[in-house]
Amino acid sequence: MTAKELVRLENVWVHHDSVPALEAINLSIKANDFLGIIGPNGGGKTTLLKVILGLIKPSRGKVTVLGTSPERARKHIGYISQFNLFDHDFPISVFEVVLMGRYNKSGLLRRFSEEDRKAAIEVLKTVEMFDYKERQVGKLSGGEQQRVFIARALATNPKLLLLDEPTASIDPNMQAEFYELLDRLKESMAIVLVSHDISAVSIYVSEIACLNHQLFYHGSKEVSAEELEKSYHCPIQLIAHGTVPHRVLREH
Amino acid sequence: MLEALQYQFMQNALLAGLLAAIACGIVGVYVVVKKIVFISGGIAHASFGGIGLGYLLGINPVLGAMVFTIASSLGIGLVTRRSRLPEDTAIGILWAMGMALGIIFIGLAPGYAPDLFSYLFGNILTVPFFDLMLMLTLDVVIIVLVAILYKEFLYLSFDEEFSTVSGVPTERLYLLLLCLVALTVVVLIRVVGIILVIALLTIPAALARQLTYSLKKMMLLAILAGMFFTFSGLWISYALNLASGATIILVSGTVLFISFGVKKLRRRIREQGPDASAA
Repeated sequence: MTAKELVRLENVWVHHDSVPALEAINLSIKANDFLGIIGPNGGGKTTLLKVILGLIKPSRGKVTVLGTSPERARKHIGYISQFNLFDHDFPISVFEVVLMGRYNKSGLLRRFSEEDRKAAIEVLKTVEMFDYKERQVGKLSGGEQQRVFIARALATNPKLLLLDEPTASIDPNMQAEFYELLDRLKESMAIVLVSHDISAVSIYVSEIACLNHQLFYHGSKEVSAEELEKSYHCPIQLIAHGTVPHRVLREH
Repeated sequence: MLEALQYQFMQNALLAGLLAAIACGIVGVYVVVKKIVFISGGIAHASFGGIGLGYLLGINPVLGAMVFTIASSLGIGLVTRRSRLPEDTAIGILWAMGMALGIIFIGLAPGYAPDLFSYLFGNILTVPFFDLMLMLTLDVVIIVLVAILYKEFLYLSFDEEFSTVSGVPTERLYLLLLCLVALTVVVLIRVVGIILVIALLTIPAALARQLTYSLKKMMLLAILAGMFFTFSGLWISYALNLASGATIILVSGTVLFISFGVKKLRRRIREQGPDASAA
C-alpha cells in the first residue's frame, strides 16, 4: 500500500521581482517521508518551505497540502524557521513560546485549556527543556533555543515537520543528538529538512533532493556527483551509501 | 506643591498624567518590543492633520485627531505592508503629508488658532474636562482590547511568521495594534503634545524592559514609570515655571539614561568581582 500523500507541488514557479526563485518544481511528500533538501544559499530552499506553508504565493503552478490549500492546511504543519533571527531581548519565557504551538488548537479569543498546558509540558520534557520553562528564551544557548523551537513545532501535533537550516546554530556534538531526536519523530510524522550542509543531512534522511532554483529529486540517498554539480555549479563531496554511511571526496 | 493640589487644574493635571501613563505603559510596551517606534512616530505626527481638521470643522481638535489618526494609522499600515515602497520611506512620506494637511486645514479655518502650540508641545495644566473623559474612555478601550487579545498581540510581536502559520490573523491584528497606537497618541496629545508623544511611548517601556522579561510585568512597570515621569515632570515644571510637556520628557529621558548607566556600572562591578578575588 502506498503511503498517503501530504504535499503535492505541480509545476510551481516563484518569481522575486521577475527573477525566478523557483522554476518548475514538482514535488510529492508522503506520510513518513524524511526528505532532505540540499542546495546552495540563495537556491530557494526557504522559499520552497514558505510556498508549502502558503506564506509565499507561487506565480504559477499548483500547491496542494493535506488535500487542500496551504492556507487551510498549514496549522497542521510544524515549522522551524532559521530561528536565530528573533530578537534575543524579547520578553517571553520558554513556556510561553511552547504554548504558542497550541494556538492552532485553541484559536482567536480562546483561552488555553489545562490540556494545552499539559501538552506543552509534555513536549518540553521530550526535548529535555522542562527545567528551563520559566527562563527567557533569548538568554538560552543556541542549542537550547533550538530545542525550545522544536518543542513549539511539536506542540502543534503536526502531520508534517518543516525545518529550515536546523543545525546552523548548534555545535557539532549536539547535532548528533538532534538527528536522533528527528529519527524518533519520523515514526509519527513526515519531515522535510533543508540545509546547505550536505554532510548534516546525509546520514539520517531517507531521500535527498537538490535545489538550486530547480529541484533535482532522487527518491533515494544515492546522489551522483553530476547531479550535485548541476545544483551547486561546482565540484563537491560525493555522497555514497552502503551499509556504513560514508563520504568520498571526488577529485577536482 | 501640596497647596497646589487643591486647585482644580492641578487635580485635572494629575488625572491626565495618570491616564496618559496607563495608555503609554500598555501600548508603549508593544511599540518597543515589536520595534514599531518609527511607524508610531509617523502616526503621531500625522495626527496633526486631524487637529487641523478639527479647527476647520469647528469641532474639538482632539476628536478630529482621533478620527484622522485612526484613519491614517490604517493607511500607513496598509501602505507599508502592501505597497512596494520600503517601509521607512512610506512612513516618512505619510508623516510629512499628515502634518502638511494639518497646516493647510488650519490655514483654511476661519480666525486664528490660539492654542495650537499646546497641541504640538502639550500643556498638562489646561486639559479640559471633556478631554479627560475622552482619555478615560480610550484607556478603557485599550485595556479591554489588550486583555482580550493579549496572547495574539504577544505572538504577533514575537514571531509573526509562526503566528500566521498557526492561524493568528496577523495582518488584521497588526492594523489593530496601529489603531491602539493611534488611540494612545490621542490620549497623550494634551499631556505632552504631538511632537513629544513618541518619547512617552518609548521611554517608560524601555525602562521597564531592563527590569523584567515578562510582558505583563513590563506593562505594569511601564505604567508606574509613566506615572512617576508625568507627576515629577509636572511638579518640576510647576516649581520652576517651565513648559510641562518638555519637562516630563526631559525627566523621563534623564531617568532612562541614569538607569542605563547604573546597569552598566553594576555589570562592570560584577565582571570585575571574580577578577579581584582571583588576584
